[in-house]
Amino acid sequence: MLQLIENEKIRKVVNGKRVITKKPELLAPAGSLEKLKVAVHYGADAVFIGGQEFGLRSNADNFSIEEMREGVEFANKYGAVVYVTTNIFAHNENMDGLEEYLQAIEGAGVKGIIVADPLIIETCRRVAPKLEIHLSTQQSLSNWKAVKYWKQEGLHRVVLAREVGAEEMLKMKQEVDIEIEAFVHGAMCIAYSGRCVLSNHMTARDSNRGGCCQSCRWDYDLYENVGGEEKALFNEGDAPFAMSPKDLKLIESIPHMIELGIDSLKVEGRMKSIHYIATVISVYRKVIDAYCADPDNFKIKKEWLEELDRCANRATASAFFEGEPSYKQQMFGFHAPKMKWDFAGLVLDYDQTTNMVTLQQRNYFKPGDTIEFFGPEIDSFKMEVGQIWDEEGQEIEVANHPLQIVKFKVDRPLFKFNMMRKENK
Amino acid sequence: MKKPELLVTPKSVDHIKALIEAGADAFVIGEQKFGLRLAGEFNVNDVEQATTIIHEAGKKVYVAVNAIFHNDRLDDLDDYLKDMQRIGVDALLFGDPAVVMAVRELGITIPLHWNPETIATNWFQVNYWNERGAKRAVLARELSLDEVVEIKENANAEIEVQVHGMTAMFQSKRSLLGNYFLYRDEVMEIENRKENKNMFLHDKERKNKYPIYEDLNGTHIFSPNDMCLIDELTELFEAGIDSLKFDGVLQTEGYITTVTNCYRQAIDAYFDNGEDAYDEMKDELLEKIEEIQPAIRPLDTGFIFKETVY
Repeated sequence: MLQLIENEKIRKVVNGKRVITKKPELLAPAGSLEKLKVAVHYGADAVFIGGQEFGLRSNADNFSIEEMREGVEFANKYGAVVYVTTNIFAHNENMDGLEEYLQAIEGAGVKGIIVADPLIIETCRRVAPKLEIHLSTQQSLSNWKAVKYWKQEGLHRVVLAREVGAEEMLKMKQEVDIEIEAFVHGAMCIAYSGRCVLSNHMTARDSNRGGCCQSCRWDYDLYENVGGEEKALFNEGDAPFAMSPKDLKLIESIPHMIELGIDSLKVEGRMKSIHYIATVISVYRKVIDAYCADPDNFKIKKEWLEELDRCANRATASAFFEGEPSYKQQMFGFHAPKMKWDFAGLVLDYDQTTNMVTLQQRNYFKPGDTIEFFGPEIDSFKMEVGQIWDEEGQEIEVANHPLQIVKFKVDRPLFKFNMMRKENK
Repeated sequence: MKKPELLVTPKSVDHIKALIEAGADAFVIGEQKFGLRLAGEFNVNDVEQATTIIHEAGKKVYVAVNAIFHNDRLDDLDDYLKDMQRIGVDALLFGDPAVVMAVRELGITIPLHWNPETIATNWFQVNYWNERGAKRAVLARELSLDEVVEIKENANAEIEVQVHGMTAMFQSKRSLLGNYFLYRDEVMEIENRKENKNMFLHDKERKNKYPIYEDLNGTHIFSPNDMCLIDELTELFEAGIDSLKFDGVLQTEGYITTVTNCYRQAIDAYFDNGEDAYDEMKDELLEKIEEIQPAIRPLDTGFIFKETVY
């Protein structure tokens, strides 16, 4: 049952037909310049990136200021914008260099920062006032009164805790006039974000400064202590205790989120591949556009759901948006990788006269393999690979060098940034 | 130099009397609907009764309202804050800005202590929340001694530091124990163990045992060791830390009382008779704690002498 918020900013009736006038932003992760370009090209309205300091994900590639500038220029050409995550909880030693860093981000044309620590909020307001300030999910924002607090503090947008459900979002929207960003897809913490220091205690890596070692993904044995006696609460062969959540997937809840007036729909995954980003963003793009154009006749297409599954390597669930998640939304026992298709190549060029594609190899493939091309300009299609040539025009038996440039014949036109995937047998 | 406050967590109203005897200066109490991971469960009547006893002894009582609130508890929070105002407790512990908002709206005059646990990591935040009404900040347990001292030097608010007990490492809104039993189709196990707080996760690789339990706020997981700084207090004394806390969550009344008394002796020795007096007795105090320390809970010094990387 869709809950509607009474608000003419979200929808209106034109010639007896309801249309959505407030299309939410589709916000994509981008761990590198290449990923940023792919995300924007495949339909993201905005991307969030990490800089080299003050962000979580210290293992991601992350952007230099120069790369940020290039990313912003690329995004702006598509009418898209860039946000930078600066969402650590700083220790005293992290205060140095913050002012210069925020000014450099502002100078690079970034639209806003995603931030948790009031140190960074207040410093940004003082030294880089053109940047929008978005509260990170690290602040575990879970109720409308706290949303009101951050509104009064002058923030432009809040990212909610992942534990907030649809009904709670409705109340927040009714009570406070502020932009709300909510996660729709990707991996997530099983703890309230920001309130987990398993990593600190188990491996001396600081989770709230980007060092999280993902201890919540490990297996444990559950015991009880009865008067000093340790008694196992599992039997031989039982699955061990686990707290790993299935990845979030709210593709089927997008209409509901649009009707609630959620301002930004966020996909997680700065560490994910360009294939993952292209697939996920293009599917969410289609759903948002289709629903907003004709909400009353909208139906989710099976092919969209199938497409989304092609890049999934973990099981998925709806988490808190649709109510309290049950045990079925966690991963227990042995879980084999689910990926049915591998990313195999990125289109660099297509020659209309010779029907020859120039492709950058991203995974092993050879003549005879069944592959699929997809991209924003084309309808996905499958075909069998014929003869393959290398850059010098030498025929090759197999494309097995990472990033190798190869050519082969494809009957239908392709475009730069289209992608090729291979069925995983 | 000012004597730091010795802050402890009683398990019951009767326990408070024993802890006053043992030398506690201040108490954290409350109920799980509003406060996180408390040693004891005190409803409003208990708080009222406890406050009378504590105030008669000239001691302080602080009430925990540091839950991560969802919309459904905000109305009850207002009523609860009014109750606390009427009772006249000495401070309210908060982490969620909703409490700051409610206190302003209701004209509550009880001082606030900022206690969001894991995220209280730098002095700027301490002063930020001080400007918004927090008279005191309770620091994250994951800080080194140098960081603690530097925060104290730059803070406009009082600083509270945990010196003994276990550390909450994790809070999930999900029912992780319940879900595990449901997955294994053992619903009865949930009923049998609902009130028990005696389960732990065994991490074979690190040979650690992490206490785990569920309540209204979700699932909580704790550090494998108990922090114990009984013989390492000199620098905290010198730094002028305002309050030394012993978190007695998941400990017995007897243990909490004995350990409280050890810290009382340590503080008094240092401030009444000087550093040498403290140095002379600190090993003995440590031994006393080691004697009653449960075998399953090794002692360590937390992050005081340990750096984290990222």
